[in-house]
Amino acid sequence: MALKIVVLAKQVPDTRNVGKDAMTAEGTVNRSALPAIFNPEDLNALEQALRLKEQNPGCTVGVLTMGPPRAGEIIRQGLYRGADTGWLLTDRLFAGADTLATSYALATAIKKIGDVDIVIGGRQAIDGDTAQVGPQVAQKLGLNQVTYVEEVQGVQEVQGVKKVTVKRVIDGGVETVEAPLPVVLTVNGSAAPCRPQNAKLVMKYKRATCPLERPAEGTAYDNLYEERPYLTLNQWSVADVDGDPSQCGLAGSPTKVKAVKNIVFQAKESKTLTASDADIEGMIKELLVEKIIG
Amino acid sequence: MANYFSDHPEIAFHLNHPLMKRIVELKERNYEDAKTYDYAPVDLGDAIENYKQILDITGDVAANIIAPNSESVDLEGPHLENGRMIYASKTVENIEAMRKAGLFGVSMPRRYGGLNLPNAIFSMLSEIISAADAGFQNIWSLQSCIDTLYEAGNEDQRQRYIPRICAGETMSMDLTEPDAGSDLQRVMLKATFDEKENCWRLNGVKRFITNGDSDIHLVLARSEEGTKDGRGLSMFIYDKRNGGVDVRHIEHKLGIHGSPTCELTYKNAKAELCGSTRLGLIKYVMSLMNGARLGIAAQSVGLSQEAYNEGLAYARERQQFGDKIINFPAVYDMLSRMKAKLDAGRSMLYQTACYVDIYKCLEDIARERALTPEEKQELKKYQRLADAFTPLAKGMNSEYATSASTAAAASSWSTSASASTATPASSASTRVPPSCRSSPPSVISSTAPCSRTSRT
Repeated sequence: MALKIVVLAKQVPDTRNVGKDAMTAEGTVNRSALPAIFNPEDLNALEQALRLKEQNPGCTVGVLTMGPPRAGEIIRQGLYRGADTGWLLTDRLFAGADTLATSYALATAIKKIGDVDIVIGGRQAIDGDTAQVGPQVAQKLGLNQVTYVEEVQGVQEVQGVKKVTVKRVIDGGVETVEAPLPVVLTVNGSAAPCRPQNAKLVMKYKRATCPLERPAEGTAYDNLYEERPYLTLNQWSVADVDGDPSQCGLAGSPTKVKAVKNIVFQAKESKTLTASDADIEGMIKELLVEKIIG
Repeated sequence: MANYFSDHPEIAFHLNHPLMKRIVELKERNYEDAKTYDYAPVDLGDAIENYKQILDITGDVAANIIAPNSESVDLEGPHLENGRMIYASKTVENIEAMRKAGLFGVSMPRRYGGLNLPNAIFSMLSEIISAADAGFQNIWSLQSCIDTLYEAGNEDQRQRYIPRICAGETMSMDLTEPDAGSDLQRVMLKATFDEKENCWRLNGVKRFITNGDSDIHLVLARSEEGTKDGRGLSMFIYDKRNGGVDVRHIEHKLGIHGSPTCELTYKNAKAELCGSTRLGLIKYVMSLMNGARLGIAAQSVGLSQEAYNEGLAYARERQQFGDKIINFPAVYDMLSRMKAKLDAGRSMLYQTACYVDIYKCLEDIARERALTPEEKQELKKYQRLADAFTPLAKGMNSEYATSASTAAAASSWSTSASASTATPASSASTRVPPSCRSSPPSVISSTAPCSRTSRT
C-alpha cells in the first residue's frame, strides 16, 4: 500500500551531557555550547516510518523540520537513513515560536505537502520536554492521534478504509489500538532505536543542502547542484506554505518566559488524588499557591 | 556520542599516506563511475571524503551497537541446532546493523553493488570493528573471500554471487581438515563431477572452519583422483541454499566465542568450480590466505587499541600509595610501550594494505586492457613489497595484540594484588573488556587474559 508519511523532526541541543556553560546567565539554553543533534525520540519515529516503507512498497517518507538553515542537517540525517525527501521551514518570521506557533507552522506545511496518510514524530523534544507539538498538529489538522506509540504494527485496508495498528505504552503495560488514516502518531523513546546511516546514501546525499545553507562564495562542487536536483533540499518560508505571519514565530506565541528557577522538591510524602473535579481543582490551587505553575 | 573512528585520529592520519592518491587514481579510473552511480566520487577530495564518511558510520555502529553487544555475545556464543549453527542473538543484531549501514561487499566494484573500497580502507573498517568485538570482526571481515571469487570466478559467477554478498550474506573459506591443518597439501575432501546433473559433488569433512555455516563457501577439495599433493586440489563454490553440508560440532575456544569455529560434513553437496582445476591451493588459496593475514593484522591492531584504552583508563583512575598508578614508572612504562607498538603495528598494517592495493588495482586493470611497461614494473614492485610485508604485518601485530592484552590485564592485576583486601581482584577483571578477552585466533597463550574467561 503506497502511503505518504511525514516525519516531524527537530534539531535540538544535546542536553544529555551538559557542561557548566550549558545555561546562559539569563537562564536560557546556551545553544552554542551544546552540539546540535537529531531529537532522540524523533529518530525512534523515523525508524517506525522507515519500517512501514519496507513493509509497503511505494511508500514515501519525508522529513519535516523547522529551524535555522543549519537544521538542513536533520533532513540529511533522514536521507542518510532511507527517507525519500524533506522540507525545511526556515524564515525569520518562524523564529521564537512556542509550541502553538510551531504546530501552526507544521500543520500549514503538512497541508501544503498534501494527501499525507501518516504524520509521525517523537513524543517530545529533549530541549522543551512539552510533548505538545504532535497533539497540537493533530488538533489543527482535525486528525486522529495516537500518543506514546511503541510500535507501528502495520497498515491494512478493510472495505476501502485504511487503518493503522499500533502498540502504545500505558501505565503498567501496553495496549494495541487501531486508527483510521490519516493519523498523527507520537512515538515513545522505548520504541526500536533508529537504524544506522547507510554508506551509499551518505555518499549520495552528503552535499545535499538548502539554498540558504550554501556559502555565498560557492563551493568546489557547485556544478553538481545543476546536474543532480536531489542535492537541493526543499526550503519553505511562511509565504511558501501560505501561512499567516501573525500566527507564526514570536508573533504567534502566547508563551512568555518570565523567569527560570531551579526547583528542588523537598516534600517526601505523596498524595493520591482521584479523577474528581474537586480533587483536580484542589491540586491546581495548591500548585498555584506553591508557585510550581502559573 | 562515542565513535571508534573519530575518537582515534590515528586512523584518519593514515588516509594521508603518500600512496593514497595513486590508489584512488587506480581504483576510480577517471571517476567514470560518477556518471552511472550517484554515490561514486567525482574527484580525489570527494573520494577521500567518502572514505571518511564510511569510516565514521562504522565507528558509530562499532561504538554504539557492536561494543555494547560484545559481552553478551561472548557469554552466549553460537550454538548448534539440527546441524545448523545459530549465532548468538546479539550477533544477529550486529549483522543486521552492518547490513542496514550498507557495509557488506565493500571492496567490490559498484556494478555488482559494492562500494569499491581499497584494501587500506577495508582494513581500517576491520580494525574499528575488531576494537568493538574481535569475534564479530572474524564474521564480518570474511566477506573479503569475495575478492578471490571476483578474481578467480567467471562473469556469470560474479553476477550471481557478488550482489548477494553486497546485500549482506556471509562467507567462509573451508580449507582445513582433521589431517590437513598447516599442511594443506593433504586435503582429502573429495570433489567428483556429476555428469548427470552437470555439477561437482563434494564429500568429506572440514574442521576448524571460521563462520563455517555461512551463506557462500569457498571450498578447497581434491578434484584429481589419485593425486596426493597440492597440484590435485581445486577451489569450489558451495551455496548453502543447495544444501548438503551440515555442522557437526562447534569448537569450544578460549576466546572470541562469538565467532563460530565449525566442523562440517559434506554429503554429496552440490558445488561449482571456481577458476581452473588444480590451481585451488597454489593460486586461489594463497590469495585467500593473504587476504586473511591482513584481516588478522587489522583485528590485532583493533584489539591492541582497545586493550591500550582500557589499560590507560584504569591507570588514570586507580589510586594506590596515595597516587594514580599511571604516575608509577612501571605502569607508565608498560603503557608507553603498548602505545608505541600499537602505532608501529598500525603503520605497518596500512603500509602493507597500500602495497596490496596498488598491485591488486593494476591486476584488475590488466583484466580490461594490456598494461604499459611502466605499469607492469609498478605492479611487480608493489607485489613484491606486499608479499614481503603481509606476513610481517600479520605476525608482528598478532604478537603485539597478545602482549598488549596481557599488559592491559597485568596493569590491573598487579595493583589489585598489592592492594588491600578492600579491592577484590574481581573488580580488576571487570576492567577487561570482552574484546580484550579474545586473543587473535593465531595466538593462544597461557598468559593471555583470555585464559581468565575460558569456558573449557
